[in-house]
Amino acid sequence: MNPDHDRRSRLLGRDVLRLGTTGLRARPTRAVLSALGIAIGIAAMIAVVGISSSSQAKLQAQLSALGTNLLTVQPGQNLFGEAATLPTNTVGKVGLVDGVEQAGSAAVLNGVLVYRSSLIDRASSGGLGAAAVTESLLDVVGGTLATGEWLNRATASYPAVVLGSKAAERLGIATVGSMIQLGDQYFTVVGILDPLDLAPELDTTVMIGETVAAERFGYDGKPTTVYERSSDERVEAVRELLPRTVNPAAPEEVEVSRPSDALAAKQAADQAFTGLLLGLGSVALLVGGIGVANTMVISVLERRREIGLRRALGATRGHIRSQFLTEALLLSALGGVAGAAIGTGVTSVVAAVNDWPTAVPPEVLLAGVGATLVIGAIAGLYPAIRAARTPPTSALSG
Amino acid sequence: MTETMTASSAAAGRPAGPPIIHLEGVTREYGEPPTLALAGVDLTVEEGEFVAIVGPSGSGKSTMLNVIGTLDRPTGGTARIAGSDVGRLSDAKLSALRAYRIGFVFQQFHLADGSTTVDNVADGLIYAGVPRAERRRRAVVALERVGLGHRLGHRPTQLSGGERQRVAIARAVVGDPPLLLADEPTGNLDSVSGASIVELLHELHEAGTTIVVITHDAELAARLPRQVAIRDGRIVSDSGLAA
Repeated sequence: MNPDHDRRSRLLGRDVLRLGTTGLRARPTRAVLSALGIAIGIAAMIAVVGISSSSQAKLQAQLSALGTNLLTVQPGQNLFGEAATLPTNTVGKVGLVDGVEQAGSAAVLNGVLVYRSSLIDRASSGGLGAAAVTESLLDVVGGTLATGEWLNRATASYPAVVLGSKAAERLGIATVGSMIQLGDQYFTVVGILDPLDLAPELDTTVMIGETVAAERFGYDGKPTTVYERSSDERVEAVRELLPRTVNPAAPEEVEVSRPSDALAAKQAADQAFTGLLLGLGSVALLVGGIGVANTMVISVLERRREIGLRRALGATRGHIRSQFLTEALLLSALGGVAGAAIGTGVTSVVAAVNDWPTAVPPEVLLAGVGATLVIGAIAGLYPAIRAARTPPTSALSG
Repeated sequence: MTETMTASSAAAGRPAGPPIIHLEGVTREYGEPPTLALAGVDLTVEEGEFVAIVGPSGSGKSTMLNVIGTLDRPTGGTARIAGSDVGRLSDAKLSALRAYRIGFVFQQFHLADGSTTVDNVADGLIYAGVPRAERRRRAVVALERVGLGHRLGHRPTQLSGGERQRVAIARAVVGDPPLLLADEPTGNLDSVSGASIVELLHELHEAGTTIVVITHDAELAARLPRQVAIRDGRIVSDSGLAA
């Protein structure tokens, strides 16, 4: 044997890992309990991020299905604080704006109340309103029919009515063919809409054609809301142009809004809450790290003899240090992986309950487990240094 | 020191290398104010010797074992172990000395209860960078050498005290160190088991290992070729020198 060859103490990488597990295997309960702190912290953070991103994924899917290119035009107030009106040919003008692909309008018919039949008390109109709408409205707001048909050029001239989803519910109508009263006149239900996410105001409205509205209720052709869709890249430009196009004399009396902004605002509110929960999760993680450090310090004190023995077997201080550092890393990685699994599980349960897609960003999982390794390294450093300083004579002096 | 060489009968007939243990005026102080555990010890052990260091508790014999085993450094004097000056070596060099040149046997065995005898013995090679399969193979050989070939898969808790000490001895010799240090190896054993351990140490000595046994048991010491008596940190008699 060449004495120069075996001059140095050596510890193979595999063995460092193996030694790192000895303490954990010797006291599994303690290992599990001290990893639990880290697991809870990571689980909380991943669940918070996962739930928030799952609900966002749902919202994104919703927004992309609904489109963010719908703008509404409504009359505002004039300089004296009085309610303004939109001009009669607003839909036509909007349709001329460069980039506008579809336009439609609804005009709430003031004073026209809706009743199931003539037997209903006149005071109980159920909060429903009637509106004269253009035939193009359904496509513009992306509406779909639960049953029956939308208004067409023929039915727009006759006493035919399409119900919003809530209006149908309140009137107790589920099939077409029923008669309802608008004011004192009977109209036949020809269709019922599904709920409209971007135009929820239409859900409580019963809709009739403009022609029949003009004939029977004296509709003056001035819409109360104009709905418009353009190509996505033209939305902002169209938004700028709309007030002056609709009412060149008084563009300040025209209000343009984007219904999808309301949904996005809800998302921003969720994110503020997420930030708070993330803060709580990181406190849990910190406490978990302190737990690991504590366990490791106790472990080092208890294992003085083992350390002494290892020094007698030829371990250098560095070998002892890396053994205990590895143990701390494994301990917190154990917590991290368990926490990531728990967090993902919680996310998928919450997502399933709310009918969201489960979306845990992989980079969040990686960051979570990575954070536990950093915590393990910091938590293990001091105990490992203490272990390395344990005098080699400890195996004998017991 | 040349007297020592001629006087030590066990070294006779062996190639005359440097002494494996060479203590010169070694002192070791502890604490503040300092108490003297070793008060100037001169001792030379040649390769192939079998020495008992005997003394009552508190005599300084444990400190001496620590110094010889390079677990502790002298505060004064020089200690040369296997040719290296212990006081001048770095932690890494001292660790290497222990990994390759010195085997330890402890009174309390210091075995891992959760591991099999083979894995316990294989641990003796872990800091020599020997891969696990090779460690285990050599551990089996070492266990057979100490007569425990039939106890390979057992755990220490399933073994008698004498068998446990054999496992510990197998761990100490698995790397074939030239020097074996035993601290009260029979201290926790009944007389029959103790006698068989002494017998085993004799066999290892026959095979060429230098062995130093630390004990307070004068009876055990009397059965070894050379006795060094220590009291109050000083050597009071040395049969090697007297012979």
